Amino acid sequence: MSRIQELFKKKNKQVLNVYVTAGYPQLNSTVPVMQALEKSSADLIELGMPYSDPLADGPVIQASSTIALQNGMTIKKLFEQLKEMRASVQVPVILMGYMNPILQYGFDKFCADAAAVGVDGLILPDLPEFEFENEYGSIIKKYKLDFIFLVTPETTTERIKRLDALSTGFLYAVSSSSTTGKDQNMSGVSAYLQRLQEMKLKNPVLVGFGIKDKASFEAASEFANGAIIGTAFIKALEGASDVAAATEQFIRTVK
Amino acid sequence: MSTTIYQQPDAQGYYGQFGGAYIPEMLHRNVEELRNQYRSIITSKDFRDEYQSLLRDYVGRPTPLYPAARLSAQFNTNIYLKREDLCHTGSHKLNNALGQILLAQRLGKKRIIAETGAGQHGVATATVCALKGIECIVYMGEKDIQRQAPNVARMKMLGATVIPATSGSKTLKDATNEAIRDWINNPNDTHYIIGSVVGPHPYPDMVATFQSVISEEIRKQLKEKTGSELPTHVFACVGGGSNAAGAFYHFTEEQTVKLVAVEAAGHGVESGLSAATTRLGKPGVLHGSKSLVMQTEDGQVVEPHSISAGLDYPGIGPMHANLFASGRGTFLSATDEEAVRAAFNLTQLEGIIPALESSHALAGLHQVDFKKDDVVVLCLSGRGDKDMATYMQAMGV
Ligand SMILES: Cc1ncc(COP(=O)(O)O)c(C=O)c1O
Repeated sequence: MSRIQELFKKKNKQVLNVYVTAGYPQLNSTVPVMQALEKSSADLIELGMPYSDPLADGPVIQASSTIALQNGMTIKKLFEQLKEMRASVQVPVILMGYMNPILQYGFDKFCADAAAVGVDGLILPDLPEFEFENEYGSIIKKYKLDFIFLVTPETTTERIKRLDALSTGFLYAVSSSSTTGKDQNMSGVSAYLQRLQEMKLKNPVLVGFGIKDKASFEAASEFANGAIIGTAFIKALEGASDVAAATEQFIRTVK
Repeated sequence: MSTTIYQQPDAQGYYGQFGGAYIPEMLHRNVEELRNQYRSIITSKDFRDEYQSLLRDYVGRPTPLYPAARLSAQFNTNIYLKREDLCHTGSHKLNNALGQILLAQRLGKKRIIAETGAGQHGVATATVCALKGIECIVYMGEKDIQRQAPNVARMKMLGATVIPATSGSKTLKDATNEAIRDWINNPNDTHYIIGSVVGPHPYPDMVATFQSVISEEIRKQLKEKTGSELPTHVFACVGGGSNAAGAFYHFTEEQTVKLVAVEAAGHGVESGLSAATTRLGKPGVLHGSKSLVMQTEDGQVVEPHSISAGLDYPGIGPMHANLFASGRGTFLSATDEEAVRAAFNLTQLEGIIPALESSHALAGLHQVDFKKDDVVVLCLSGRGDKDMATYMQAMGV
């Protein structure tokens, strides 16, 4: 059983997944932020691999990627930073990123190196189901990495079932059709989440996009297994001199 | 019409190893809707009737195939210019924008977004939106807004909202990112009119199909003028590659016809300030399809450079990547300086001021040895009005 699956076996309500861009705010803050997230009891960590042209991200996360790239972050550097990660971080870690940098690194080598440092799963928003089934899914499986698909309120029931069947770990329910960081009225999302709940999916469901505080986290968690916070946390790290303190302070406002 | 990997992609949008649809789930429904419907809509009688009559009466088609006598004499061969510069709004871009607005209408869309580099695609889109009374938002790199001011004014006069893209290189690539994000945020009522043969399947095929009117006309016109439908060479410039796709389309299976694409070398291919994708790019994914992309070793997209905003793009469409990889197409490049020189040459020999983009194709003529009885068709994709500031600078006025 994967580390992500074990997590949901132990805990399937109010699971908190926090997104942070690797190499942000400083090149070497990746692991300290992860340690602080674990200490302040985040349940999962989603590490963003910065990319110059991130289609699905809003301005805040895009800006954090630009800074991380200016800091010199690369996939190679990230794997070096993560080499010792499992000595201090126990929670499941997911890498999120776009296809192009991974293709340049070499898709197979990327999965091999990710698995070797103890990464548990991947979210690649621009790798859709056809490309997954046709070419990349078998490589991801070979290295026993979980692969998490996104669904949106626009995704048809039939397609949600298919993406759930292809996903392992959890299913990522985007709260609305949008880029990251758009403010969401969570009450408007509950019907969609209830629909997902009634579908009796194979995977647990985490809700992302627009979750920013205790109220939105709890609203999102009501009809799902938990939620993902990204933009609000990136904002909290902005200009922080002590990333560990900033992280702990932010998580206290959520949990 | 034969179906092969050169002219049309497979069901998943692949031309050989290039193409596909690398899009986030948030765009799936939109792209799927297009993929399922575009062929049946654009081949329906109702669509074809309206498209054909507007191409004739509004765009001004067929555009002439002009035998350029003095230019031919200079190269000691026979050169014909396909006059896309004589299309309404000044470039080939209107063929596609018109096709897509008719499609968007039939899909029930109420809002149009577009990206633009030189502004020609933005102007074409703003024009067809005015024609149909549909809201129009155009994303344009901040740098391009400065260097293509006349087109920005035209778009505004046509009623479009022009939104500056301020990230990255502040050019076409970034305008495209912003347009895609807008589409993600407005999934129901909005159609994205992409301006070139790039983007996720079915865009490259759809745009190439709308532009294929160019090669269809060339065949007919050449037959009338020379007795044969087939030239020996077809030249076109390549930014994303829509005018080249249109000029090549009905010749891709004619092995005797050399397809010559000319990219922008900027300050020189090796200068670090270039947009010559086939020379500098590697296979990668950009804006929703797998193609050739200029990028760093780490897979970050490189900021391109060209004097012509319409060629200032770090990728090419998957159809062209496949023409290049298979050797079916010949890819040349021309520097900023060579393009400007070619523009003055054409102007003074033929009295035609070309767009800076088209000037790259003209500069490509200098790199090929022609025989006396060769028949060379060059797609003059647009006119130079929008580039007068650059040309005036070159003249020192
Ligand atoms: C006149 C003209 N030619 C060519 C291009 C390049 O586009 P494409 O390569 O899609 O034909 C542009 C783009 O703006 C243009 O305005």
